Amino acid sequence: MQLSREDLLEAYRRMKIIRDFEDFLHEEIAKGEIAGFTHLYAGQEAVAVGVCEHLTDNDKIVSTHRGHGHCLAKGCDVEAMMKEIWGSREGLCKGKGGSMHIADVDKGMLGANGIVGAGAPIAVGAAIAAKIDGKDENGKLRVAIAFSGDGACNQGTTFEAMNMAVVTHAPAIFVFENNHYSEHTGFEYAVGTDKDIASRAEAFGMKVWRADGTDFSAVHDTMSEVLEYVRAGNGPAAVEFDTERFYGHFEGDPQRYRAKGELDRIRAERDCIKKFRETVTEAKLLEGEELDKIDAEVATRIEKAVEAARKAERPTAEDVLVDVYIDY
Amino acid sequence: MAIKMYRDAVRDTIFEEMKRDSDVVVLGEDVVGGMGTAGGPEAIGGIWSTSGGFYEAFGPDRVIDTPISESAIVGAAGGLALSGKRPIAELMFADFIGVSLDQIWNQIAKFRYMFGGKTKCPAIIRCIYGAGYNAAAQHSQSPHAILTGMPGLKVVMPSTPADVAGLMRQAIRDDDPVIFMEHKALYGIKGEVPDDLDYTIPFGHARLTRAGQDVTILATGMMVGMAERAADKLAEDGIGADVIDLRTTSPLDEEAILDSVEVTGRLVIVDEAPPRCSLATDLAAIVANKAFASLKAPIEMVTAPHTPIPFARELESAYLPNPDKIEAAVRKALAYN
Ligand SMILES: Cc1ncc(C[n+]2csc(CCOP(=O)(O)OP(=O)(O)O)c2C)c(N)n1
Ligand SMILES: [Mg+2]
Repeated sequence: MQLSREDLLEAYRRMKIIRDFEDFLHEEIAKGEIAGFTHLYAGQEAVAVGVCEHLTDNDKIVSTHRGHGHCLAKGCDVEAMMKEIWGSREGLCKGKGGSMHIADVDKGMLGANGIVGAGAPIAVGAAIAAKIDGKDENGKLRVAIAFSGDGACNQGTTFEAMNMAVVTHAPAIFVFENNHYSEHTGFEYAVGTDKDIASRAEAFGMKVWRADGTDFSAVHDTMSEVLEYVRAGNGPAAVEFDTERFYGHFEGDPQRYRAKGELDRIRAERDCIKKFRETVTEAKLLEGEELDKIDAEVATRIEKAVEAARKAERPTAEDVLVDVYIDY
Repeated sequence: MAIKMYRDAVRDTIFEEMKRDSDVVVLGEDVVGGMGTAGGPEAIGGIWSTSGGFYEAFGPDRVIDTPISESAIVGAAGGLALSGKRPIAELMFADFIGVSLDQIWNQIAKFRYMFGGKTKCPAIIRCIYGAGYNAAAQHSQSPHAILTGMPGLKVVMPSTPADVAGLMRQAIRDDDPVIFMEHKALYGIKGEVPDDLDYTIPFGHARLTRAGQDVTILATGMMVGMAERAADKLAEDGIGADVIDLRTTSPLDEEAILDSVEVTGRLVIVDEAPPRCSLATDLAAIVANKAFASLKAPIEMVTAPHTPIPFARELESAYLPNPDKIEAAVRKALAYN
């Protein structure tokens, strides 16, 4: 499916926002200003954007510990996210959650999640809610998407969620981002189903797709099919995207588990943004200059967000006690 | 005596016990680290560096790098223990007991009792716990209270490298299931550790770390150091505090607590967890019940508030107990008459 110029530009902009967001954080974290554990999404942008470009605020996603990309792709505010990561009370979650718990329920973003494997059951619940609410005027269901890694697919919760989605016929989509590592462990060791995650979903009775997660149009096209299938009320589905993470598991990871030259190779050959650029300019769909303009615009936007986060209001001791319960 | 870091005391004690007893088995996520990668086994090791060299020394049968599957990790520890092995399962963050709770609560803790005392279950569940890293609500908790409340489990909370060594060795040799709580913020602290390869500390024996006549302070884990700092400050004003490191919350050294309160008549309990149905309230109830006549003031509790653990630096430090809060609680207890 060929996207319009506007859609292509928007997809590029979103991927670039994620990349710059993470690249900036990588620098900032090294300076020691940002607290806590931060897991960067750089390298996997085509998945988040290729999936979320199909969604509206009424569709839900549930994310992971590596959540910045999903949040940004689902429309969470860049500056409010940056402020959250800085722990400001102006942050998207008032500094209570930080990087691992960014959420914006109004945008259909039901939260990054610090517990690996916790997301899939939540997505099933959101999908059941969508099923209860029924089809819209165009005969389509809202959907709920669980993003899970190759590590999370080993969690019993993920298995339970897949089976429950099948038996409840819920419009849930399990998006597996296989970046080949769970922390320091290779996926070929930890995933028993012979180098494959999608076959697990298949075994639970779901229709599955597989695609190159570093190829934006492959992700986008695949998701068009998946969403058409699920929105029509055919029950859940699963997709496995083969992708790459460019930074360590968390910031500070020396990554000695990687092969020599692996990072250089994946950055040269498997960079979804670079590949997108090459494809669209070679096909004369977009001009290099237009993309350069977006690059500059995005860089400024992220720089400004960092500046704003640095200056944003800090929380106080009284804030600790707020929002445990609803005030009546 | 050797000077060692807390984390190395964990690692070295397990290593020595694995050499001594071939039934000791280790399992957990990234306990080898690098499995299935170009870097190969032990390319990095676990994120806490508490199992370095295990795989090379003892091989894949006894050093089991697991997928991310906490239920299966803890359950397998139970099955190993019922089958004659002495498993040491690692929960990378204590918060993940949430994922594995059935296997701890309904299985491991109860086997012996349900089976009429006909079996033993020598499993250790290592839980890396505690706040101080701004790791937010799902990676900072101190779940010792719910575990202490489970009959059948022993719960160990060492605060020094020497105690890690003595209590870990005891835990490995103990035939009951043990929750071994390692505070992540203590991993880097150093202290003397006895060289004796049979050095054990029996469970249920608290450690008096400061002695004084005016007030009793009870603490565990990271709270012990804070209590000591408060006590040292109070000592400058001539206020003497007994600081008691409980070491194990189950079994509990009631005698040490009651003996001290009998002398001081004033009690401050420090607990990193929220205040409701907590270790602090449990200890307070025991003292109120058994040493009521000795008390000269209401029991003070310095705990976290009844909230999840917040992320931002300012919020987390406001959340946690600290020496100033402990000192204030002591002064309040002393002012009462
Ligand atoms: C229940 C639980 N177990 C373990 C962890 C520690 N942990 C955080 S991320 C991670 C690896 C996850 O791998 P994967 O699902 O492939 O996601 P990726 O990091 O590659 O994005 C682990 C083990 C956790 N946060 N939660
Ligand atoms: Mg992964």
